[in-house]
Amino acid sequence: MHPWVGAGPDDRRHLLDELGLDSLERLFATIPQEVCVDRVDLPPGQDEDTVRRALAAVADRNLTLSSRPSFLGAGVYRHIQPSVVDAVLSRSEFFTSYTPYQPEISQGTLQVIFEFQTLICQLTGCEVANASLYDGATSVVEAVLFAHRVLRGKRNRVLLAETVHPVYRSVLATYAGAVGLELVVVPPGSDGRTDPGRLRDEQACCVVVQSPSFTGVVEDLPAIAEAAHASGALAVQVVAEAVSLGILAGGGAFGFDAVCGEAQSFGVAPGFGGPHLGFFACAEKNVRQMPGRLAGETVDADGRRAFCLTLSTREQHIRRAKATSNICTNQGLMALAATVWLEALGGSGLRDLARSCLARAHELRRRIAGLGGGWRLAYPAAPTFNEFLVEGPGGGDELARRLADDGVLAGLPSRRWGGTWPDGLLIAVTECNRAADLDALVAAMKRLS
Amino acid sequence: MRRRALRDEPPFFELNPRRTVRQGHLLPPLDVPDLDPAAVLPQSLLRAPVEDFPDLGEHEVVQHFHRLSQLNYAVDEGLYPLGSCTMKYNPRINERTARLAGFADLHPLQPDDQVQGALALMWELEQALKAVTGMAGVTLQPAAGAHGELTGILMIRKALEARGDARSIVLVPDSAHGTNPATASFAGYEAVEIPSAVDGTVDLAALAELMNERVAAVMLTVPNTLGVFEHRILEISELVHRRGGFLYLDGANLNAFVGRALVGRMGADAMHINLHKTFSTPHGGGGPGAGPVAVSEALLPHLPVPRVVREGDRFRMVWHDPNSVGAMRGYAGSFLILVRAMTYIRSLGAEGLRELSDVAVLYANLIRHRLRGAYHLKYDAPSLHEVVFDDSVQATRDVHNIDIAKRLLDYGFHPPTMSFPLIVHGALMIEPTESPSPEEVGAFCDAMLEIAREVERDPLLVKSAPHDTPVRRIDEVRAARALKVRWQPEQG
Repeated sequence: MHPWVGAGPDDRRHLLDELGLDSLERLFATIPQEVCVDRVDLPPGQDEDTVRRALAAVADRNLTLSSRPSFLGAGVYRHIQPSVVDAVLSRSEFFTSYTPYQPEISQGTLQVIFEFQTLICQLTGCEVANASLYDGATSVVEAVLFAHRVLRGKRNRVLLAETVHPVYRSVLATYAGAVGLELVVVPPGSDGRTDPGRLRDEQACCVVVQSPSFTGVVEDLPAIAEAAHASGALAVQVVAEAVSLGILAGGGAFGFDAVCGEAQSFGVAPGFGGPHLGFFACAEKNVRQMPGRLAGETVDADGRRAFCLTLSTREQHIRRAKATSNICTNQGLMALAATVWLEALGGSGLRDLARSCLARAHELRRRIAGLGGGWRLAYPAAPTFNEFLVEGPGGGDELARRLADDGVLAGLPSRRWGGTWPDGLLIAVTECNRAADLDALVAAMKRLS
Repeated sequence: MRRRALRDEPPFFELNPRRTVRQGHLLPPLDVPDLDPAAVLPQSLLRAPVEDFPDLGEHEVVQHFHRLSQLNYAVDEGLYPLGSCTMKYNPRINERTARLAGFADLHPLQPDDQVQGALALMWELEQALKAVTGMAGVTLQPAAGAHGELTGILMIRKALEARGDARSIVLVPDSAHGTNPATASFAGYEAVEIPSAVDGTVDLAALAELMNERVAAVMLTVPNTLGVFEHRILEISELVHRRGGFLYLDGANLNAFVGRALVGRMGADAMHINLHKTFSTPHGGGGPGAGPVAVSEALLPHLPVPRVVREGDRFRMVWHDPNSVGAMRGYAGSFLILVRAMTYIRSLGAEGLRELSDVAVLYANLIRHRLRGAYHLKYDAPSLHEVVFDDSVQATRDVHNIDIAKRLLDYGFHPPTMSFPLIVHGALMIEPTESPSPEEVGAFCDAMLEIAREVERDPLLVKSAPHDTPVRRIDEVRAARALKVRWQPEQG
């Protein structure tokens, strides 16, 4: 008998009596014997204390980011985690509820989604944002399919900057093949930026750039939007480091048709890759082509302000095979985390946090640029936010390994998945990297040169 | 609902209305020289301060979310019998293990030698899910059930391509969840419906007619959305395979037979497993879930990357494999959800899993037994973990499933699922799960019976429900017509 099963042996007997059955087996008579087993091949269950100790021992075999100076970023970032975030997430009214299909008893979740949508609109400069998508990678897929739908499926090519996160590009490639979209990858120029002049294609349904890019470079968004629109394509901005939106304007301000990406930076743990938080925002005129859930404001029978899910006719539970996406369960609790995190910081706090990342990153940039010994910035003239590409005395893999041996998680080898950019280290700096961390990295680099 | 908020909680954007300076969360001290963004970034790309993004003190923030939480119903409040959603208890130990720093504070791109514990846990969960399904392999990557469906169907597409056999159709029963046909078209297939037989299961003759050389896969839910097991599953899988197709099983209803039957023996080629249903990870107000997919030998070469492999007592993440369907999302899975599911499986073990399906099915049959005099049961076939009534008795008094649902809110219960199956008009799909006490299940039945009596006595009372919720019935039509999906300041 297990504590997570509500009825004990006596209860079960009473209930079977009421049903006029002599055994539980009778209830399963419709399952053919050939597919049944007496027991599945798993060990016996264990009590809570034993399970917790065992899993703590498993966790102890991992090296946490906080245990070393860490400069790993590349789409997953370590930022401060105010205690209020987890306190709110731990309220069972939020984490043990489901999709707010019954608005009268889900106003808490619905208003949170409405606030999340508004915050994403404010930061991306777009008019509408959805309730979340799985992650940054799938948000790019959804944005491309969105653009394809907006242009009524008439253009099957996608111009994709090579500096869109390689993981996102590989996920897009998985989906694109199935639906017959052709991906054309546009490499960056020698300054690390994507040349808007190469983003004109009459067959393209959209132009997708990431800014700040995979190599940390801030793209010339106004020129890119203009280039995309000149050939009738939609412009899509991907954001992998959402904190950048604290000081950089989102693409909506420059006419981008969709801004999507990863908002893990807003209060969600790196968590070895998930759950993270995909987001999607676009212009209101295209809202009916938007994927995913959407909360809207309305009134109740007494005329009081209230919220509910809306435009569900885009979604699979109504539209089935003609839905804009097959997404159902999304990342609700992560959207709550982001909402609490952003509201706890406040507008000024987010700006100050982004400025803190910028100042630390540029301090490190400055010190590495002056380091000598084979260390140099790959793109010394490029504008960057909190991440940048560094070349050193050796390839990226070797540099990362040797610096790790010296006690510093120095960043990601930049050719981890190939790429036309220099082979070095991609270094991310956040407010969690104190001056002592920067000193440690610079000292380790010096020892290596 | 028994509880009400004491007062309305305005949206965040209306708090601190005079936009005074208040101290939000304190940041770590700036221990490097400050830097003006305009000194290093083009002025044209910088943002102006965000308007209407106020600063609040910490207590104000906590109160805001606390008050909002009071407007929500949740599993911890009472029975949440949403059919096919398996709203069971979310054990608290899961939340503790998932928050261990050794799991939460890991980067997905750390070298394998730094994350052996994480890789070992993923490998262990794969083995456990193989044991539970009797299948040859598992991918932990999919982020949710629908994402698992897509992963499975794209793997099937890959397998067909590998044998040079392009097909264009996916067959889906008319009783299916909406994600099934949506997935088929998302994956580039045409979704074609299989009609149901009189007992609600697949019409085998109709399937035989539809199952031709253009059909890539048949997607079935076992037990189906009526809670009825496809008792001819072996004949179905034999037919599908004989004609060169693949059998995809939707595992949303695995809670009906976990620990007791193996989908591997049913002839499945792929089945997704909703960890947020059967394996107790929280639904989180709409996610995150996780939808690992178990596959047969035929699909094993096509599992997504990255995935964990074991080499002796070490584990390694494989990122490239030319036979793989590719990557379905960023990184190897929603790891912290996987930690929760592994915690659950370790806690229950083989006997515990079987016990939960025993009681889940017992409760569903109890509800079926107690309510069948008052509500119409269109399909009388024996059902497992859920039961689907309809509103045809009540509709004679112009009371519909939506009204019954809203009246249930007054009695302190979450309503059943109503949006499907489409083959039952006015459906009330009830799934109690194994976790509530018998008294809680009984109280739900009593409320449903009382509502049936109210429909006879005072139909308007039911039609005008809810009466005792934080807000009254909501104008959903207006929300769609006068679209307002972000907060904006009042004009003028």
